Amino acid sequence: MAHFDPNAKPFTKKWLNERLAIETIERVMSTEYWIPKNINFLWAMGMVLAATFGLLLISGIFLLMYYIPTTKEAFNSVNYLIMSQVGYGWLWRHIHAVAASVVFLIIYIHMFTGIYYGSYKKGREMIWISGMLLFLTFSGEAFAGYVLPWGQMSYWAGMVITNLFEGFSKDFLGGALNFPGLVEWIRGDYVPGQAFIGRFFMLHVVLMPLAIIGLIVLHFGALRIPHVNNQDGEEIDFEAEAEKWKAGKRKESKVIPFKPVFLSKDVFVLSIYFIFFFYLVFYHFEFAMDPVNFDPADPLKTPPHIYPEWYFLWSYEVLRAFPKNPGLVAFGFVQAILLVLPFLDRSPNVAPASKRGPFKIWFWLLLVDMVILTILGKLPPEGIFTILGKIAAYTLIALWIALPFITKAEKPIGGR
Amino acid sequence: MKELKILAVVVFFTLVTYWGVEPYAHSVMHKHVEGHDFKYPDINASKVKGNAQNGKNLIASCAGCHSIKSQGIKAPMDVMNASATYGVNPPDLSNAGAIFDEKFLIAFLQNPAHTAKAKPNFAMPPSAGSEQDAADIVAYLKSIAPKEITPKEAYVTACGRCHANSYGKWTQIGDVPKTKFNIKTKNDVKLAEFKINVAKYQDKLADYMGKLPPDLKVIVRARSKHFLETFVEDPQSHLPGTAMPRVGVTKEGFEKIYEYLESTGDPSKAKREKVGPIVLGFLVIFAILAFLWYKSQWKGLKD
Ligand code: HEC
Ligand code: HEC
Ligand code: HEM
Repeated sequence: MAHFDPNAKPFTKKWLNERLAIETIERVMSTEYWIPKNINFLWAMGMVLAATFGLLLISGIFLLMYYIPTTKEAFNSVNYLIMSQVGYGWLWRHIHAVAASVVFLIIYIHMFTGIYYGSYKKGREMIWISGMLLFLTFSGEAFAGYVLPWGQMSYWAGMVITNLFEGFSKDFLGGALNFPGLVEWIRGDYVPGQAFIGRFFMLHVVLMPLAIIGLIVLHFGALRIPHVNNQDGEEIDFEAEAEKWKAGKRKESKVIPFKPVFLSKDVFVLSIYFIFFFYLVFYHFEFAMDPVNFDPADPLKTPPHIYPEWYFLWSYEVLRAFPKNPGLVAFGFVQAILLVLPFLDRSPNVAPASKRGPFKIWFWLLLVDMVILTILGKLPPEGIFTILGKIAAYTLIALWIALPFITKAEKPIGGR
Repeated sequence: MKELKILAVVVFFTLVTYWGVEPYAHSVMHKHVEGHDFKYPDINASKVKGNAQNGKNLIASCAGCHSIKSQGIKAPMDVMNASATYGVNPPDLSNAGAIFDEKFLIAFLQNPAHTAKAKPNFAMPPSAGSEQDAADIVAYLKSIAPKEITPKEAYVTACGRCHANSYGKWTQIGDVPKTKFNIKTKNDVKLAEFKINVAKYQDKLADYMGKLPPDLKVIVRARSKHFLETFVEDPQSHLPGTAMPRVGVTKEGFEKIYEYLESTGDPSKAKREKVGPIVLGFLVIFAILAFLWYKSQWKGLKD
């Protein structure tokens, strides 16, 4: 039986502790949540992501008050009502658009940090997998959001992406894997229309955000037991190091408490990030709001160039590099393979790529190849761009196939 | 310092990607059209000198179709009848001298369709008997033009007969009227009638032009300024075969029109410029405080 002191005054610390264990929670979650000391600013990217998600949520709530999800009103509700009639509506919209774009930049930095330092291995598999699920739900969220202003790109990108669900072409296996009905089922119509906008509105403002919030909780939970990795991939005995800290050996201890020591660095990195972020919001937001989407959706007029937002370009380029059927397979492959990265890396080493021989080359090739694919994904598929796109797509696939072999052959570091 | 090196790597890859998907990709996707600063090099400057007094006497030939409200000259037909006759409402000429290029107008009055690079069905016939007449009429139009016109007036004269601007409450037949609905029925008959007229006008206009010219409400966000400049200067340079005529505005005329388009399509510009420095200033102070806190917390933690 729990003990409740009848004399404790309501809402005092004691009273709250007996009911909510607030001090225990604070200890477990922050003042005695141990973080390695040996980390750099890249370990603040998770917090930067959480903060950016917060910005998306808040700005989104403000936009939601005025947005009208109908084919007739959507464009004007965003471009007229919110942009010129609602006080500071433009500010919320620019924050939302810039955050939606920048969040992917930070996600990619965060992912490549994880890959570089091998932070997905030896107990950290669930961190990686929950992270990848976040990446996928964020992608869905961004796509659904892009449909909402009902501009030309909303309409035509919506058309092209939902067409993917048609599956393989009709001539393959007598059409057994061809599902035109599925496309219509998703759209709720033959072409994107009112049903389409209503569904994606629901997905964007309710279902996907709920899934994201749930996954963030899972991601944070997955971090608690293995703790975060560090710059040298050193295996730290967190209990022993924590004792040192508590004994006042601040210099000797390899760990620091989340609050206030790690937090102070997080907040500093966040403050620099916010300067960058709000500079974009006020002076350089065009990159996040495609001009084509300021032409209202017109089903009779196909834009000369249809492309997704920049963060989907690398996978879009993989899709384009092949004919329809193999393209779909390759597209699915490069997405899904990331999810199982922890099991493809066969080396026992948890260490920065720079210390891992061939893996180092693999890492930089992957990064450069994805940048190249991203750029090619936006360029029209003509001449040299098509050829380069094919090479880059094959390279990406080859890199993933090679990974288990490269890492299997890797020498263990330091007799571990 | 190691962290700065890491930052440099991150910034480098970010910038390369940005360069590739933004400036570079757009330069590949959109053909580059060189503008001529609204100098219209294909039109020869007229050597004859116009006489405004003579022009005044000749203007009656124009008043058969155009109004000149500032001079008390009314349009012979109302906008609906004009649209039924010509497909488009001939613009009021009060401000024509203020925004159209002089040598363009002189050529235009003698040979409208050709000068405007328009389709042969262009509704305005050649309306000046000689180069001298044309120069005189243009001199007159210049003499009556106000020194300063508003951005909206510039837009209405040059673009307004074809392009609505719904965020500026402009339709091809005029401003959306302020009307009151009937309190008992919630009907607004005046507004409904106005809307029917707009619809009729637009149908005629689409017949005349082959398509309905787009509403320019947010065109400043959909097209770059360079595009708009070179497109207005010569629509054929971007859309060969398009029905939109070259309207022949001067550089200053275009700037006025652009100002209007910006006021409807990007009305927050002034507020952005005001709020931006305040927010960034606050964040810089915040960053300094955050840095001091970080330093104090990490003091003596590392050797
Ligand atoms: C038969 C009727 C008619 C007569 C006469 C006529 N116009 Fe026009 N004018 C039009 C119409 C119709 C348009 C609009 C055509 C269009 O935009 O397709 C027009 C357009 C114009 C424009 C706009 C040109 C531009 O570049 O946008 C000017 C300026 C003009 N007229 C001046 C004159 C002057 C000056 C005269 C007398 C010398 C004159 N017009 C005589 C019917 C007429
Ligand atoms: C006589 C009618 C007419 C006038 C006057 C006119 N336009 Fe147009 N405009 C058109 C038509 C028709 C189109 C559609 C062109 C097409 O798609 O071929 C068009 C299209 C446009 C476009 C879109 C081009 C694109 O990329 O799709 C812009 C921008 C534009 N006009 C700006 C202007 C501006 C600014 C003015 C005034 C300076 C103006 N127009 C005057 C008829 C007109
Ligand atoms: C967008 C939502 C995300 C949020 C809010 C988020 C948040 C965080 C936070 C706060 C941390 C701890 C601090 C740090 O190391 O940065 C972290 C760690 C981590 N995240 Fe994420 N993350 C997100 C997405 C992802 C994605 C897409 C991946 C990759 C698939 C990922 C993989 C990881 C890994 C591997 C770690 C452990 C890093 C280490 O141990 O050093 N996360 N995340």
